[in-house]
Amino acid sequence: MKTQKILAWIAIAIGVIYFFVPLIGTFEFSLRMRRGEYSVDAYQSVFSDMQFRETFGFSMVMALLTIVFGMLLVVPTAYWVRLRLPQIRPVIEFITLLPLVIPAIVIVFGYLRLYNSSSWLPFTGSTSGTNALLVLSYITLSLPYMYRAVDTAMRAIDVRTLTEAAEILGAKWPTIMLRCIFPNVMSGVLSGAFITFAIVMGEFTMAALLNRPAFGPYLQLVGANKAYEPAALAVIAFAITWFSMGLLQLVSRFSKMAPSRP
Amino acid sequence: MSAATTSFIDRRTVVDWLGIVPFMIFALMFLIVPTLYLVTGAFFTPDGQFTFKNIADLFTPSIISAYWISIKVSVASSLGGALIGFFLAWAIVLGGVPSWVRSGLLTFSGVASNFAGVPLAFAFLATLGRTGLVTVLLRDWLGFNLYSTGFNILSFFGLTITYMFFQIPLMVLILTPALDGMKKEWREASEILGASTWQYWRMVALPILWPSLMGTTLLLFANAFGAIATAYALTGSSLNIVPILLYAQIRGDVLHNANLGYALALGMIVITGISNLLYILLRMRAERWQK
Repeated sequence: MKTQKILAWIAIAIGVIYFFVPLIGTFEFSLRMRRGEYSVDAYQSVFSDMQFRETFGFSMVMALLTIVFGMLLVVPTAYWVRLRLPQIRPVIEFITLLPLVIPAIVIVFGYLRLYNSSSWLPFTGSTSGTNALLVLSYITLSLPYMYRAVDTAMRAIDVRTLTEAAEILGAKWPTIMLRCIFPNVMSGVLSGAFITFAIVMGEFTMAALLNRPAFGPYLQLVGANKAYEPAALAVIAFAITWFSMGLLQLVSRFSKMAPSRP
Repeated sequence: MSAATTSFIDRRTVVDWLGIVPFMIFALMFLIVPTLYLVTGAFFTPDGQFTFKNIADLFTPSIISAYWISIKVSVASSLGGALIGFFLAWAIVLGGVPSWVRSGLLTFSGVASNFAGVPLAFAFLATLGRTGLVTVLLRDWLGFNLYSTGFNILSFFGLTITYMFFQIPLMVLILTPALDGMKKEWREASEILGASTWQYWRMVALPILWPSLMGTTLLLFANAFGAIATAYALTGSSLNIVPILLYAQIRGDVLHNANLGYALALGMIVITGISNLLYILLRMRAERWQK
């Protein structure tokens, strides 16, 4: 089995080179702004750019709204399907997977035709309407991840017994949802939230075609016009992705360590 | 059940279905109807006559070439990603490397498979662009000019290696559980029967794994086919792939026919739809052995 081990290490080495060289290259490039020496000038230039702060803030707000409204849609639906309509679970699952099949650019193309300012429901007629449509499009994009995360968490708890227990104790529907179901599927809600955050922060297609000043289109604009700032932004974006994925791993590890319910 | 309770059950059924109405309205309004609108639009002229002309017009040289480049990039990056991803998954599952390598690679894969879009293009420009780290190091240390070989990051080949940065991790993430599901007994049984390692892989392991391998490769293909942000940030509009053509069409009707744009979108849905359908079918096949 000696050769097997050598081959395995060769595979790992190739992987490490392939993955790390671009990251090191990006980091090194981002430090090269001042001629002849390494400096953090590119980062300073990025952070002092008003547009960076505005677009970053905008995308952050969009991400938070997507998470809140997405979860308000997904958690009750997943709960209801498990409790009352288990027979249509395959249908719901199929629908939630559709955004992985239909490219984002096609979906937003459809929005622009259906909800333009001269249509029956003119979302894109006003700024707030377009923002709302952007959030709705992000909910669509993150539906596969959110639904799966929540549904997996819901499989671990006994939805029916929890609901009956709460009903016997006199709880009404809002209480059952907010005080029994949500806290118990928190790990799923959080993992769905982190991955949604990572997706929304860098998303380009939807925001660019809906003409909103989000972080993704800003990145593209900087990339087309500047030399060293894009590398610095790539490092920042990678850090954001690491941050959200790291939190996700932490949450899933934490929920695994929690005492298992019978 | 007595007759008296029938009406109660009916009411309850109605309430049951009411519970998923918000979700259904959302899915219809923001996922299904917009897509169907484009799909049906592909079969009509701008003034509402039914026609196949838009579909036929897809077969003009410029659009055909866009589809062809897209398919080439997607096939190359999915095959490359599948191959390297398979060896990495094999190494961490069966290669006998320490467990920290396994958990490290899986964590990294979770991050890297989500690191796509515009920043990924920047990373590869900073590495393999004209003044990128690798290009400069090759020139200064080895006297090797990468760009004199005809290599260009803003090309088919450049886009392919850039896409592989998220393709490989995705393959690792999906294939690791499949390899974990390979039972030790199969290997032992074939060894007892006198099979060599090669024979074991050719006659036992690969026949069991091929639905997973093929299926995941198709998933990677669809994944690359629909991606636009990386390509757009990397090459601007110089590389004529379908998503970029569609992007230009949405922005400025470059095809001078709105309904031809719908047909372009329909073509994308058909290609990603078929590869995903095959993925699901192959996955169902793969699960037969993983119970």
